Amino acid sequence: MSQPISVTEQTFGDVVLANKNLVMVDFSASWCGPCKAVDPLIDELAREYSGRVTFAKVNVEESNSIATRYGVQGLPTILIFKEGKPFSQINGAKPKAELKKRLDAALT
Amino acid sequence: MVELYDVIIIGGGPAGLTAGLYSARARLKTLLLEKAFVGGQIVNAERVDNYPGFPEGIAGFDLVMFMQQQATKYDLEIANTEVTAIENKGKYHKLVSTTDGSYEAKALIIAGGAEHNHLAVPGEQEFMGRGVSYCATCDGAFYRDQAVAIVGGGDSAVVEAVSLTKFASKVYVIHRRDQLRASKLVQEQAFANEKIEFIWNTVVEAIEGDAKVQKLIIKNVKTKVQSALEVAAIFVSIGLHPNTEYLKDIVSLDDEGYIVTNEKLETDAPGILAAGDIRQSSVRQVVVAAGDGATAAIYTEKYVAGL
Repeated sequence: MSQPISVTEQTFGDVVLANKNLVMVDFSASWCGPCKAVDPLIDELAREYSGRVTFAKVNVEESNSIATRYGVQGLPTILIFKEGKPFSQINGAKPKAELKKRLDAALT
Repeated sequence: MVELYDVIIIGGGPAGLTAGLYSARARLKTLLLEKAFVGGQIVNAERVDNYPGFPEGIAGFDLVMFMQQQATKYDLEIANTEVTAIENKGKYHKLVSTTDGSYEAKALIIAGGAEHNHLAVPGEQEFMGRGVSYCATCDGAFYRDQAVAIVGGGDSAVVEAVSLTKFASKVYVIHRRDQLRASKLVQEQAFANEKIEFIWNTVVEAIEGDAKVQKLIIKNVKTKVQSALEVAAIFVSIGLHPNTEYLKDIVSLDDEGYIVTNEKLETDAPGILAAGDIRQSSVRQVVVAAGDGATAAIYTEKYVAGL
């Protein structure tokens, strides 16, 4: 999948937790400007890491319980999941180079 | 082979985008370099009510997106890369080194803006994203019915305090003096809001908690009395510092690091101009940054034409 997938409480288990690949989960909301600024960077990463990493988006307005479960209290927050568990967390809007660095670190 | 541009603009906020718009429309070969994402600080603002032309206000993000669309319509090139150094090699020869290679131009417009100041207190780094935030509009919703604090006394801090009352049960505004810098209208709104409590002459000394922020250690700078304030979050809104570290040997900076310019926005290095929050100025507003961008582009056009 070379595009980010929107996940909800119903699909989170299958798309993120059961995924053999690394999953980068981007938490955002309609009121969050910096989240919208990061969106195109995530789209680019989804194309570049297609096949190696799955990219998922959680809208915290619709899927509040996922955010609560993982202690997400700031937006944007990105959680990188490895084998169903949070491997690393990125708080706040970061440049693409930083996101790549964190992805590459998780892939090794 | 390094491509030669007429103008390279450093920074993709309102100043840089407007400079890019004017420069591109003047048919100058123009490149804008942005290290993170186009838009700058204003993307944090949920709604901008004082940018002229928008009587109903406009989301910060949307405003800059329109600026970007407009500038790229006239062939402004934008590259996503971070400037690491600048060399002033001559009147029409400026070399810009970035993390992704080098670029050359006849003239430069520096519009790199500023970044949020941190409190630099224990707990601030540790609790980032877990109760420490620099964007009240992004994160306020996580603190429904809880008490939160915001540190600062300017427009951003006070406007954000009011907007936080949509969610929080209580908003403490912690300010190190006994007067706000915010504009009068904004102050009035805050003073009239029952959920807002001002804690004057006070600074935050530490941020404490367990898995999340639970309390702040604060100190009154006049009485020297320390106390604990229980809050679920602290929003830091204490101003900005300019992104000028790499420029200190290239152009004159003032004591706080802002670029010194004349009224044509020229720095003391011919062919290098500055626009927006990065330059020494008492007014930091989007419309002023945009105005700077246009002014800088117009004078740069004259410079490049040899006038």
